Amino acid sequence: MVSEQVAIDHGLKKDEYKKICDLLKRVPNITELGIFSAMWNEHCSYKSSRFHLKNLPSKGKNVIQGPGENAGVIDIGDHDAIVFKIESHNHPSFIEPYQGAATGVGGIMRDIFTMGARPIANLNSIHFGSPQHKKTKNLLRGVVRGIGGYGNCMGVPTIAGQTNFDESYNGNILVNAMTLGLVKKNKIFYSKAAGLGKPVIYVGSKTGRDGIHGASMASAVFDDKIEEKKPTVQVGDPFTEKLLLEACLELMAGDSIIAIQDMGAAGLTSSSIEMASKGNLGIEINLNKVPCRESKMTPYEIMLSESQERMLIVLENGKEEMAKKIFDKWNLDFAVIGKTNKSKKIELYFNEEKVANIPVNILVENSPMYDRKWKKIKLPKKIKIKKEDFKNLKIITVLNKILSNPNVCSKEWIWQQYDHTVMGDTIQKPGGDAGVVRVHGTNKAVAASVDSSAVYCWAHPLSGGKQIVCESWRNLISVGATPIAITNCLNFGSPENEENMGEFVECVQGLGEASLYLKFPVVSGNVSFYNQTKDNGIKPTPVIGGIGLIKDYKNMITMDLKEIDNIILVIGKTEGHLNQSLFSRDILNEKNGPPPEINFFNEKNNGETLLKLIDKKYIRSAHDVSLGGIITALSKMCIKGKKGATLKKPKYLINQFEYLFGEDQGRYIIEVDSNNLQKVITILKENSVHFDELGTVIDNDLTIDDKSKISIDDLVKSHTTWLTNYMSN
Amino acid sequence: MNSSVITFPGSNCDRDVDVALKKFGFKNKMVWHEDIELPKSDLVVLPGGFSYGDYLRCGSMASKSKIMKSVINFAKSGGKVMGICNGFQILVETGLLPGALLRNKYLEFICKNIFVKINDKNSSYFKNIKKDILELHIAHNEGNYFCTKDQIKEIDDNNQIALFYSDKVGNIKDVYNPNGSIKNIAGIFNKEKNILGMMPHPERMIDSSLSGEDGSIFFENLINNLK
Repeated sequence: MVSEQVAIDHGLKKDEYKKICDLLKRVPNITELGIFSAMWNEHCSYKSSRFHLKNLPSKGKNVIQGPGENAGVIDIGDHDAIVFKIESHNHPSFIEPYQGAATGVGGIMRDIFTMGARPIANLNSIHFGSPQHKKTKNLLRGVVRGIGGYGNCMGVPTIAGQTNFDESYNGNILVNAMTLGLVKKNKIFYSKAAGLGKPVIYVGSKTGRDGIHGASMASAVFDDKIEEKKPTVQVGDPFTEKLLLEACLELMAGDSIIAIQDMGAAGLTSSSIEMASKGNLGIEINLNKVPCRESKMTPYEIMLSESQERMLIVLENGKEEMAKKIFDKWNLDFAVIGKTNKSKKIELYFNEEKVANIPVNILVENSPMYDRKWKKIKLPKKIKIKKEDFKNLKIITVLNKILSNPNVCSKEWIWQQYDHTVMGDTIQKPGGDAGVVRVHGTNKAVAASVDSSAVYCWAHPLSGGKQIVCESWRNLISVGATPIAITNCLNFGSPENEENMGEFVECVQGLGEASLYLKFPVVSGNVSFYNQTKDNGIKPTPVIGGIGLIKDYKNMITMDLKEIDNIILVIGKTEGHLNQSLFSRDILNEKNGPPPEINFFNEKNNGETLLKLIDKKYIRSAHDVSLGGIITALSKMCIKGKKGATLKKPKYLINQFEYLFGEDQGRYIIEVDSNNLQKVITILKENSVHFDELGTVIDNDLTIDDKSKISIDDLVKSHTTWLTNYMSN
Repeated sequence: MNSSVITFPGSNCDRDVDVALKKFGFKNKMVWHEDIELPKSDLVVLPGGFSYGDYLRCGSMASKSKIMKSVINFAKSGGKVMGICNGFQILVETGLLPGALLRNKYLEFICKNIFVKINDKNSSYFKNIKKDILELHIAHNEGNYFCTKDQIKEIDDNNQIALFYSDKVGNIKDVYNPNGSIKNIAGIFNKEKNILGMMPHPERMIDSSLSGEDGSIFFENLINNLK
């Protein structure tokens, strides 16, 4: 019997249960309660975030589809479109890293090919606890294997990513997976059902008992008993997904599909309800027809299973046989399980009994929405760093320490386990500012990057939110791509805690402001709350996935220094902002103060001017300046190009550490042929872009001043050994 | 020159090989694993991927699929068959090539550029090739070539090793062995040298914007040799 207590056990609140009874004008049965709990949890209903997300800019001249569908879609010209989205799989990955991460990758790829697009690139952003924490190493190993295991088997290259370590993730790691797909503009598929009496088709894997209440788990705080939640983690089968991909694309080549929706979080429940809701019609399903992996599954279990690799399709009448043939060819289950009707209800039958009967609008439009209480976070006071603090520091020692910092060091150990070259169009591999793949058979290429700056967001969410969008924009520009749009994955603690909610609200505000100013709209996204163990939430971690277009892939830029005697410039002004910098936190152990300020005008102007220079082919290499400042960025360019550099003496009043390690925003390092230097300077001046002449490319060493010099081999050693050593000990 | 690329469920480099073969002048046909007849071919390619998910030993399910009967007959009658990565694993499972491909020594999937030294430039796959050492790309979890002592003796006696992992000047040392293969083996022939199995993917290195261009050298040379 359903009671208030049963509802609470399902993660619903007392007033939410009362609302259900009021709306239904009766007590729901257990299957119906399960459906409500799945649809009304945070993960599916966005009940704490919707109120704020609606303010994000989502329109633009290249936007074909903004938020609200399986993924966002942007126009890249010549009738081509890119479908892309990022999604979290944090909670499952902490409980079972391999399967959690694998199904995260599988889930996001399904979101993409549901819309008719063939996935062409994967990215991921993963955050782990302190390297010293006892769980970190195994979690990292499991997550990396899971991401690789799924993506490699699918034959989709993993072209870029980001890995961070911070103690705030000790009890809640983050696994965010992003996929880009390519589709012709007139062949995009949507989830909106239409027409009455149309067959509702189930395709893909069979339904099992795995993942029941996965979405509810993802909406709860962890406690000491998380190990008991293992059964809620889904198990991935990338082989079946590969077949499902090929079968769906084969069916999509024709015109028999009215609507299609993958079964992701909350499985058959959310997919059927979403299709009915968008189409403003009803769906009736005979649950006896659903292909099940296990015997005696109850309606409750069938509706809430999160078994992977399944899709729901509304088909044109009379196309069932033709469609079935395609799925038979690929050895996949195919079953007509119901039809659309005019009831505007979701009606489920099992053993000839009606086991659920719920008006769709109650589940969707009437789902709870909260304007939760939140606390504003003041900009922290600037911390003045005393002269004595710098006194005993040696630049090279500091540089070595920063290059080998877990958040800066080379992540080759990770991305070498991902197939990043399958499909034969990867022209910029992981390890650069952005991954780049060609649009197969054309001169175009698409650049993509994922970024987060949890430390900045933690220090001041509003600034951090702005910064992260700007960083994504810079990463795309650094490879010569024109930024087009972003997707976001918003990872936060509990929304029921005013401080966490404040972090969310202000980060969203910041990223909205940046996205509006830069005309870099948010076209898809995902929110993950309750990244929290007991009372400890993670640092606020919005992750931005940015997409840009390179019209002629031959104009792509990489960061490796190219030629001796070329001139190195820094675009953008260096004020020496050290608060919240890696230098400040890691070397001086000073964790307070504000993050660097964002100046939107300079950000946009510097970036657009650099794109002009790239367009004129004056730029040999480029790299944005971020964590660790100018000298860290330049060191990476040296390492990649296996060339050295000699620095000019800076003409500033700020001290050398501030100049070299400051994390002021809106900056890039560029390499220019000396013959083009005057032309470059003219354009920079015409556009009022501040720049410094940093130095010259030389052979073997990075020479900073008379006392500070390091060989490229030593730089490489500092940069590449930490992670490999850590993982092999 | 006519070529055929077999698509197994789970193949994922079939399109890439198709693109490469066509680029260098082959008339290529894609052949479904459930087909029985092989089209008229001068070369049959078994592509990379995860055939049947590779949930059993890699390549073992594919080696029993319908089309493989024709491929085996074609190979046994002297037809040229090339297996790349998963294709190599399938060839080993059919028994057309000796040995086995085990999990990589360090138990991790490896995706990176490597160098291979061509062992036998008299074979029809590598005759006249412009370079002795090629920079190619590997992407595999089970590329650790293994065979019995008797088999390796026979392989050596017949000069069946096609490619060794090496450095860029051709030194064959343990440090250049990415996966633990016996003798740094990256590819082998059958006795008659009409069948080639190799872990590296030449199809991923066919223009200067990709990881390299040595795959072009391989394919250009191959079609010339087959003419």
